[in-house]
Amino acid sequence: MSRLTAATRRDIEVQSYPLILFVLVPLLALGLQSFVSLHFTHFDILDLPLLVTIYFAISRRNPMVGTVAGAVIGIAQDALTRQPLGIFGICKSIIGYLAASLGVRVDTENHGTRALLTFGFVFLHSGMYWLLVRRLLAQPYAWSWVHESIRSVVNTVVGVLLFALLDLAKQKEY
Amino acid sequence: MESFLSRYKNALVLILVLLLQVIGVAIQVRRPLPKEHAQPDAGGVRLIRYWAISLVSPPERFVHWLGASILGVWDNYIDLIHVRQENKDLQAEMRRLRIQEGAIAEDARQGQRLQELLSFKEKYIYKTLPAQIIGTSGIEQSRILSIDKGAKDGVAVDMPVITPNGIVGRVREVFPHTSQVLEITDPTSGAGVILATTRIRGILRGNALGQPQVVGVMPDDRIKPGEAVVTSGGDQIFPRGLAVGYVDHIVVDPEHDPLVDVVIRPAANLSQLEEVLVITNMGDEITPRQKLDMIQSEAVASAEQLKASEILAEKLPSRIDPDNPDSDTGSNDKVMSEDSAVANPMRPPPALHPDRFSPNTTPPASSLIPGARLAPQSDGVVTVARPRPAIPATTNGTTATAAQKKGTDLAPGEHSRPPATTQARPAAQNAAAGVIQPHLPATTQPHPAATVNAGHGSENGHTFARPLPSTNGQNRTEAATPAKPKTIVVVDGPLPGGVKKPAPTFAPKTPSGTAPAQHAPGTQPQHPASHKGPELVPDDGSRPPPSMLKPKPQSTAPAQPHGGRP
Repeated sequence: MSRLTAATRRDIEVQSYPLILFVLVPLLALGLQSFVSLHFTHFDILDLPLLVTIYFAISRRNPMVGTVAGAVIGIAQDALTRQPLGIFGICKSIIGYLAASLGVRVDTENHGTRALLTFGFVFLHSGMYWLLVRRLLAQPYAWSWVHESIRSVVNTVVGVLLFALLDLAKQKEY
Repeated sequence: MESFLSRYKNALVLILVLLLQVIGVAIQVRRPLPKEHAQPDAGGVRLIRYWAISLVSPPERFVHWLGASILGVWDNYIDLIHVRQENKDLQAEMRRLRIQEGAIAEDARQGQRLQELLSFKEKYIYKTLPAQIIGTSGIEQSRILSIDKGAKDGVAVDMPVITPNGIVGRVREVFPHTSQVLEITDPTSGAGVILATTRIRGILRGNALGQPQVVGVMPDDRIKPGEAVVTSGGDQIFPRGLAVGYVDHIVVDPEHDPLVDVVIRPAANLSQLEEVLVITNMGDEITPRQKLDMIQSEAVASAEQLKASEILAEKLPSRIDPDNPDSDTGSNDKVMSEDSAVANPMRPPPALHPDRFSPNTTPPASSLIPGARLAPQSDGVVTVARPRPAIPATTNGTTATAAQKKGTDLAPGEHSRPPATTQARPAAQNAAAGVIQPHLPATTQPHPAATVNAGHGSENGHTFARPLPSTNGQNRTEAATPAKPKTIVVVDGPLPGGVKKPAPTFAPKTPSGTAPAQHAPGTQPQHPASHKGPELVPDDGSRPPPSMLKPKPQSTAPAQPHGGRP
């Protein structure tokens, strides 16, 4: 348990990235999500914008940045769908805020921690999305525990790999 | 206060962001406007969506272009086996299909006109726009496709999107260079469909699993898996008759228990779409290309019809007269040259063993004599000519003139007909006018092209009857030939009132069948003393009197009906 908490200075250091990365990575995530799903039907089980939101939130460890980043990425993702703008924005704003808040308290450099956080956030994201679609929009949306579990696991695996890839571009600040 | 804001600034920012987004969502999902004022998105939302798509579309287009370029290099430079032959085949197929398209378009226009007459509007596909799919929504819950054609390409909201295999969806949002297509598998989509076999109508929607289904269908045992589903055209978006898919299975509607949902297997492979067609025109307009195709198809059809008629005319045996092939052919050619639209009269081929029932063996009606016996008595058939109203002398000139005039007005092809028809018309016209007169037989003309002048006895070797005024007010026709044996004439119904056995004059047929002596114009032929008028017998349906059953060997040809043609 001690390995999962940010007990050292190294664990709580704020990581910075090139500014262009904050723009290109979400755009690339949205583009890949949109394009790859065209040729691989089951690719839509992934949620690359959500993984990018989680990564930047836990890396920056700033709830405000996480909230705004989640809102912007979520609204951009909403723009590609038929649903009103803000559904994914609300979900990802909350995820960004929670991820940044937890990033201050836990060791986000650990892959196990990242996996647990990602699994929980993906599941939470699905729950919030279901709640908004069913209750706020009153639209049909089937909830399946099995499907959501599989979805969370897949996103967790891909997220851990993606986070490790993005770590190569970070610039440490002390 | 400042410490509160600084202490909870993160939470306050979160609340503020959430609040703004909730308000934004609430604005977007407010009650929809009427259809004429409705827009898929409000202006601000549309702008944000446009920004997002403008940001996402370039990398999508780039990746798509990259993949297409690689495939193009392979297809255009490497995999070119049998391309030339295939190109030739396809061009030939294209020409044939263009001709068919013109004919089909004409049929469609005709059907549309008929439907307009029935006040039923149905949309036809007149113009499509091919588009490449460059992206999707990327999530399971929203079945949205992005295509590379937008408003500047002519795409508009609610245009149907199809593939050759079946329908895909409809255009939901249009941007200058891209558009969003709502698939039929989306839960918010809707399309009017009909089951092809059972003719059950319904609304097609997507379910939570991304499968299209016909919702709210009454349970019916006739619905079987594999039944085709097509668009019904009732949604005013999709044209009627487009393939939708096939029945996969039936599930009970959980929200409407007695009803069932028919899950459809889409005809178009919606998971592997790359190119689609946007139907951009379903109105009454036709393109110049279609007009040209229609003209070409009509020209081809006319040429084929003319060619077929010529081939048929050449193969017809009656086209050539065996007795005088040159004259007949020449006349037919003349007819064809004067007006190719006038069809030649069709004649049956000559019989190998002609008898009296064979065509062309009966004499023309003009050569028949009313009351003359044409069938031998031994046959047991009594065939007598029925009396027809004769042409009165006072009107004969005009009638004959009319007949002559009418003869000149006839179509060229009718000159080749026997003149009996032409000359029987005045009598028939008089009969139609209610003139009850004894029948004046038609002239006896061996040659069908004889010229007839009313009031003249005979001319050019032809003998014909000539009406003369009678002293008792009855029209009396003087025969040009000596009278022959007694003739019995059966009249329709009872005899006319006041007329007791009128004695019309006939031109009895000679045993040889040829015309007797000619008369000079204006001269009265001499009646033989032995001539008596025919005996008029009312045709009351009873058997003819026994006197009619006497044999008449000199007449062998059967009688022709009134005004009949040989």
